[in-house]
This record gives sequence, C-alpha cells and structure tokens, in this order.
Amino acid sequence: MLKVEETQPVEFSSALVEKFDEIVSRYPAGKQKSALLPILHLVQAELGWTSPLAMDKVAEYLNIEPIEVYEVASFYSMYFLQPKGKYVLEVCRTGPCCLVGAEKIMDHIEHKLGVKEGEVTADGLFSWRGVECLAACGYAPVLQIGPDYTFYENLTEQSVDTLIDNLKNKQDLRQ
Amino acid sequence: MGRKLLLEHINVPGINTLEVYRQKGGYRAVEKALKTLTPDEVVEEVKKSGLRGRGGAGFPTGMKWSFLAKPEGVARYLVCNADESEPGTFKDRYLMTHIPHALIEGMIVASFALGAKTSYIYVRGEMMPQIRILEKAIAEAKAAGWLGKNILGTGYDLELYVQPGGGAYICGEETALLESLEGKRGNPRIKPPFPAIAGLYGCPTVVNNVESIAAVVPIINDGGDEYAKVGIGRSTGTKLISASGNLVKPGVYEIELGLPVEEFIYSDEYCGGIANGKRLKATVAGGSSVPILPANLTLKYANGEPRLMSYESLSEGGFATGTMLGSGGFIAFDEDQCIVRNTWNFARFYHHESCGQCSPCREGTGWLEKVLHRLEYGHGKMSDIDLLVDVSKKIEGNTICPLGDAAAWPVASAIRHFRDEFEWHVKEPVKSLSSNYGIANYAVPIEKKVEEVKQDNS
Repeated sequence: MLKVEETQPVEFSSALVEKFDEIVSRYPAGKQKSALLPILHLVQAELGWTSPLAMDKVAEYLNIEPIEVYEVASFYSMYFLQPKGKYVLEVCRTGPCCLVGAEKIMDHIEHKLGVKEGEVTADGLFSWRGVECLAACGYAPVLQIGPDYTFYENLTEQSVDTLIDNLKNKQDLRQ
Repeated sequence: MGRKLLLEHINVPGINTLEVYRQKGGYRAVEKALKTLTPDEVVEEVKKSGLRGRGGAGFPTGMKWSFLAKPEGVARYLVCNADESEPGTFKDRYLMTHIPHALIEGMIVASFALGAKTSYIYVRGEMMPQIRILEKAIAEAKAAGWLGKNILGTGYDLELYVQPGGGAYICGEETALLESLEGKRGNPRIKPPFPAIAGLYGCPTVVNNVESIAAVVPIINDGGDEYAKVGIGRSTGTKLISASGNLVKPGVYEIELGLPVEEFIYSDEYCGGIANGKRLKATVAGGSSVPILPANLTLKYANGEPRLMSYESLSEGGFATGTMLGSGGFIAFDEDQCIVRNTWNFARFYHHESCGQCSPCREGTGWLEKVLHRLEYGHGKMSDIDLLVDVSKKIEGNTICPLGDAAAWPVASAIRHFRDEFEWHVKEPVKSLSSNYGIANYAVPIEKKVEEVKQDNS
C-alpha cells in the first residue's frame, strides 16, 4: 500500500542523471521504461527510500506516467515506500535458513535493536525485516544490508552483535 | 572424482579475471564458434549435447533455440535468467561470483548462435555484488575485443548488459522476467505466443538459465557428442547441485548426472553426511517447489533400487514415490526438523511471492499459509489436512504460470508422505509446540516397511 508522506522536494544531481542516461542507452530507442528498475535502485541508494516525490521525478525523467512507477515500486520487495533506518538488516527467513536457526537470529536482532520488524530505532540507524530466500542457502543463516547489499553469512548471535556494534561505530559506512 | 566441466578451475587464484581465465583456456569457445562454425552449427552442437535447461524445467536447450523465429529485419534477443530465487538454490550466485567469464563466454557463443546483437543478463536485484562482478568482467571482455563491434574481425557485433531485478521470485518465470526487463510488474504472460515468437519488446527471444549458458562453453570446446557421453541416459552432462540444510558440508557441487543420491549425501567428496551425527529425515531434492520425500524414498525407489541424481531417476515413481531434479536445490532435513513447520514456511513464501494475477494462486496460497499456520501453532482440526489437499488440487494446473503448481506440490507431497505428523499436530497441540514428532519410520528401508505391513495383515 502506498502511503504518501510529506517529503522534501527532490532534485537529482547531474552526476545521478548522467548515470540514468547511461542506463537508458542500454535499450532500443523508445524502450527507456526498461531503465525503471535500475534507476529506482540508484534513487533508493541516494535517498534511502523511493519517496513519492522521487518517483514522480523518475516518471518525468523517463517520460512515463507516475502510476507506472508506483505500481512497479510497490510490486517489488526491494523498494522502500517508507523511510527506513540507515542500515536495513534483511534476514533470510525461508526454509533452508530456518533449518539452521534463522528464526533465532531474527529474535536476537529484535531483542538487540529493541524494535519490531519494519520499525526504525530511535537514533534512525537501524531497521530490520525478514525477507524471502536470498539464494545463499549453503551459507545460512544469512542477512544483507543495502544499498550495496553486502552479505553476512553463517550468522551466529555473536556475529550479529559484532556486526551491529561495528555499524554503530562506523556511521558513515555509506559514504 | 567426477568430471568437472563448469567448475574445473574454480579454485585457481584470480580465475575471476580475464587474464587467468584466458590462461586456463577461456574464450576458446568464442574463437571456435565465431571463426569456424555457422550459427546453425552451434545450435546443432547444443542439440547433440542433450543439454537440458538448468533452471528447473529441464527443457532441451538446443530445441528451445531452434524454435526461435527469425523474421527479416526484426531484432532477436538472448536474455540470461540470473534471477536465482528458488529456495534451496544458490549455484548461479556461486558461478557468477567466482567465474563470471564462464557466463560471459557462454553468452557470446549463444548470442552468436541465435543472431542476437544485444543481450541482457537479468540478475536478481539482491545480488548487487554479483552485478558489479559481472559488469567488471564485461568491461574487461569488451576492452579485449570479445564484445562490441566486429568481434575477432568476424563482422559479428554484440553488446551485453546486466539488468538488476527488484526483488520478486516470480521474475524467474521467463515471461515475468521479460515484463520486468521492460520496466513493468513481473506478471507472467499468457502463452502462446511463446518468447521464441514474441518475447522482449515483442521480438523473438530466448531466455536461458545461467548454468545452461555456461554449459555451452564446454559443449562447443569439446563437441556436443563428447558432452553427451557424460551423465546417464537423457540426463547428459554435469549439474551444479546446491546443497543446504542439515549437512556436514553444505555448498555447491558439480556432479556428473547419475551419481547415486546416497553417495552425494554421505560421501566425503560431497556433503559428508548429516550434521551433528543426526539421521536424515527427509529431503527436497530440486528446490522448494518439488515434492518432499522421506529419507527412505530419497535414497531408494519404492522397489528398493538405488535412486540416482538425474532427471529420470529422481522422478521415478511419479509423485506417488518420486520427486524432481528441478533446479538442483538439494535441502536435507535432519531428525529434529518439523515437516509441518517447514511446509508452512514454504507456503508463506509462495503466498508472499504470488504475483496476484490468477485467483487460484493469489487466494489459494493464502489459504495454504493460514491453514498450515494454525496446524503448526496448535489450533488445527483433523479436517484441515484434507482441506489443504483440496486447496492444493484447486491451484495446481489452474494458473497462467507454474508458481501455482510450485506452491501446491510441496504441501500435497508433505501430506502424502508425512500425514501422521500432521495428524499428531492436531492430536497433540500442546506437545507439538514444544517438541518434535521426530524421525518416526521415515528412515526405515522401504522393504522392511512392506514386510511389517504384511505381518500386520497376517
């Protein structure tokens, strides 16, 4: 469900638009809509989520209707329609990961961060959620953190603690 | 040791770079195909190899290629399906991470065979690290003249791009993937027309799995006939198996098709047995969509003969006593695992991933999830078990794409083989929350079970 929130006006930097242009050049003339998914990833990496105003801007850039962007952003699981923590810990919760303890890891993260799935910690740093199969079942349990989607494998409660503490101490990891 | 055709050099340091990949004989297949073969001859070699689609369906790749329409003046496309999302499957991630040029080399040869001038590798969005690895490898290959205009002076032009997905299991279905590549929601298309006639942008298109494309390289290097000598019967060549769950050594293994299942699970060369000294309770042999089998039927057919890792052997006995090779996602369950909980977990997965287009799947997967949830959490009724069978039958075969079947089969098979465990959850709602049903007689050899039944009857 698309819940519109107040957001700051969005301006894409010229460097970002250059990246958009390169992506559009990968498709035949007139098929620029193919660039929508990759562009939304870039926007989310920049803003932390795909805000309604940002989506409108993307529609304008691609010369498509805003609804064509909304329906895509709401269909795919990777696009955040709400602001999230700076680091979103996405833990695989599908079968093979659960055979080797993914549920315990999620419980542990909930306890450690003190927020429920989908919520943001008070300092704005962390969110977490369970996601479906990340195709890393042999290294389970696993989690990923965007926007680079770095993978953390063979998780234990201790390794999750270390990871979260390291992220807290290294706040500008994204830059 | 079985023969390795895809992962032979996987442990060579630097094999992810063009330089080392070339030293190990990389890009020979491109030279051979572009300089000495016609596109049709490449297709012929792939047909002779007997290669079957490695994404899960097992459709002969050469035949798929030969269906491609070739109208004058219309672009043709090759799209590689790297939207690896089937629970239990992680072989394509492994291949792309460690030996990306194997995929790129295969893409060049396959694009040449199909007459594609632009090809795309659609990688699931979560695999951003792999996307960057592939983009780097493509840039290396292009700088060295393996991609771009007039490759090797043969006049053949090819541009290759990586496209990220947005996070949707359904985009592994080829027409949903094409919709997604066109910048739309991943709703599967009604077929016909098949992509070979009207695919990407309405143009003739072939969609192949990463492993299928990579397998084209050894097929062209050694010839289709040589490739067909590896494997067993109509299951030719090697297969990457993703092994996960309660195993001593989970991971990706390249096996010659025809390897006994028992050897794959227990030998030190492969999975090394069940972790923590436990016993095997059940397996899902080909990714979460295929029927689950108890340990005894995993290792042997109902008649006691050993089961092999091949398309035919895994499906021996039909759905009554067999399963499928699928994508090669091999999940092992030890004696402590709860079948009801796992079935609920998979049902939730399919409910989450249903695109919502067809009512039987959109609604049915929700029913499966909810009913399984109440069985698992001690609120189930005996009639729920038959309700699950009923719902799964009403989904199966009644949807545009196979996601409906994929959601129905795990539930139907779990009840077929583990009905007593489901009944126990209804009879012992409190106990089932704190303890597990255990291994019961799932590991008892079939012959012995049959004898017991005979004794009971006498």
